[in-house]
Amino acid sequence: MLKIQNVKKTFNPGTVNEKVALNGLNLHLKEGEFVTVIGGNGAGKSTMLNAVAGVWGVDEGVITIGGVDVTNLPEYQRAKYIGRVFQDPMMGTAATMQIEENLALAARRGQPRTLRKGITKAEREAYMDQLKILDLGLENRMTAKVGLLSGGQRQALTLLMATLRKPKLLLLDEHTAALDPKTAAKVLEATQKIVEKDHLTTMMITHNMRDAIAYGDRLIMMYDGHIVVDISGKEKKNLTVEQLLNLFSQASGSDEADDKLLLS
Amino acid sequence: MTSFINALPGAVSQGLIWGIMAIGLYITYRILNLSDLTVDGSFCTGGVVCVMLMVNGWNVWAAMLGAFLAGAVTGLVTGFFHTKCGIPAILSGILTQLGLWSVNLAIMGMKANTALNVNKYDLLVSLRYLQDVNKGTRPFYQHPIFVVGLVTAGVIGVMYWFFGTERGCSIRATGANENMARAQGINTNVNKVLGLALANGLVAFSGALLCQYQSYAEINMGRGAIVIGLAAIIIGEVAFGHFFRNFALKLMSVSLGAIVYYIVIQAVISLLKIDSNYLKLISALIVAFFLAMPYWKQQYFRKKKTAVKKED
Repeated sequence: MLKIQNVKKTFNPGTVNEKVALNGLNLHLKEGEFVTVIGGNGAGKSTMLNAVAGVWGVDEGVITIGGVDVTNLPEYQRAKYIGRVFQDPMMGTAATMQIEENLALAARRGQPRTLRKGITKAEREAYMDQLKILDLGLENRMTAKVGLLSGGQRQALTLLMATLRKPKLLLLDEHTAALDPKTAAKVLEATQKIVEKDHLTTMMITHNMRDAIAYGDRLIMMYDGHIVVDISGKEKKNLTVEQLLNLFSQASGSDEADDKLLLS
Repeated sequence: MTSFINALPGAVSQGLIWGIMAIGLYITYRILNLSDLTVDGSFCTGGVVCVMLMVNGWNVWAAMLGAFLAGAVTGLVTGFFHTKCGIPAILSGILTQLGLWSVNLAIMGMKANTALNVNKYDLLVSLRYLQDVNKGTRPFYQHPIFVVGLVTAGVIGVMYWFFGTERGCSIRATGANENMARAQGINTNVNKVLGLALANGLVAFSGALLCQYQSYAEINMGRGAIVIGLAAIIIGEVAFGHFFRNFALKLMSVSLGAIVYYIVIQAVISLLKIDSNYLKLISALIVAFFLAMPYWKQQYFRKKKTAVKKED
């Protein structure tokens, strides 16, 4: 479903702030695969997601989604294939618009915006059912401005928006990192539910190693702009946090690895 | 005092006309979250295009449509500078506005003003009609307040419809959260250009009404338009924001804000008998006052709250 081939990206090239963020990245995701991504700060996790989403162009390499070469497509055109949830709960929704208006915008992802009604009555009823899945009581507050919701509610809504129109690829960029543990668990649960229901190809960055092991059917670890560990199947299911730390030390050849991965 | 009361209908008429300009500004300033300074130039463009078309035999409605389209083009230019050349929106607007000064002069054949004889042409609104209605020589429905009031209602109706469509919603999303808009597949650049074009079209349309009302177009007629527009938006929000939540009502409060502004200006002129050359200074002070109000309010309440805490 997703193919990343030898992708390179350097920020601020030729300056003192030069940073090689992606260094020959290769990744191939099969349809329906749910991958969790871990790695220390600056390992290139978010950069990889942004490269796929098209926030900026890459320096080298090819990215294809479902066989379509999207390397040179702008962000808004790739959105047709991609659902995204950001780390910052403020980023995925329009605060000054209503819950149902936000959903209606998401329902039209990848379609031309015409002079037809922005939201229809039939849609409203469908959204109400969809919001019930989240189990946050939002189905009774359809016309409330999103700015009035809590961070967790906004994040759950963003998740629903990202998957309202079944995306070929779901990108979750530490989408529970800014939430309190209880809310984070709830959003993760909703994530699992939706991903399983629609059989979505998913990439989820997380800082929580337990989550990385518990969720998904494949785990990759990034270091220094490329993938250093790639585990799937039974081997992944039986992983422990200790094993993961050992793997990281081996891959990076560094003793401080534990701290770096745990503290970040 | 009588002079003030006699001048009131004129002030309200002018307020309504400028209110349409302010509704245009509302699109960029509040919906798209852009500071667009094109308006000082595009307002004048609307006026001169309307006058020149009418002088050349166009029907008043066709001339006003021409003014709207000319204004939309000025918005396209600003949008081009902003989205295709990467120039900040505020600077893009200033550039267009500066360039328009020459363009507006050129449209008038390099003259600083062009008259529109009220006796020769069939106008939609005119100060003369206002006087005629008062004298009883014209029916009430030709009174500028009535005519512009209807036009404003029409404009608000169309805006209400448009910003409820798929495209209109996507423009609102572009202004509310660009990241979200792009992630939902919205071409934010196209929407910004579209919003700028629509906004400046309305601004020019309002300029077309004003030049008819005052029976001439002149090169400085748009000077300070942005300040008047901002004043109308802010006054509307401060005065009516608490009970006008619906989008159509919000636009109406912008129009009402423009009327309040013109009544205040008229009061200053009539009651204080100030030299009208001080008008721009007074305008600036009035707008500064209303812009400061929300900030002062917030500061005042915050101080009060911390004071209460200390007492505990």
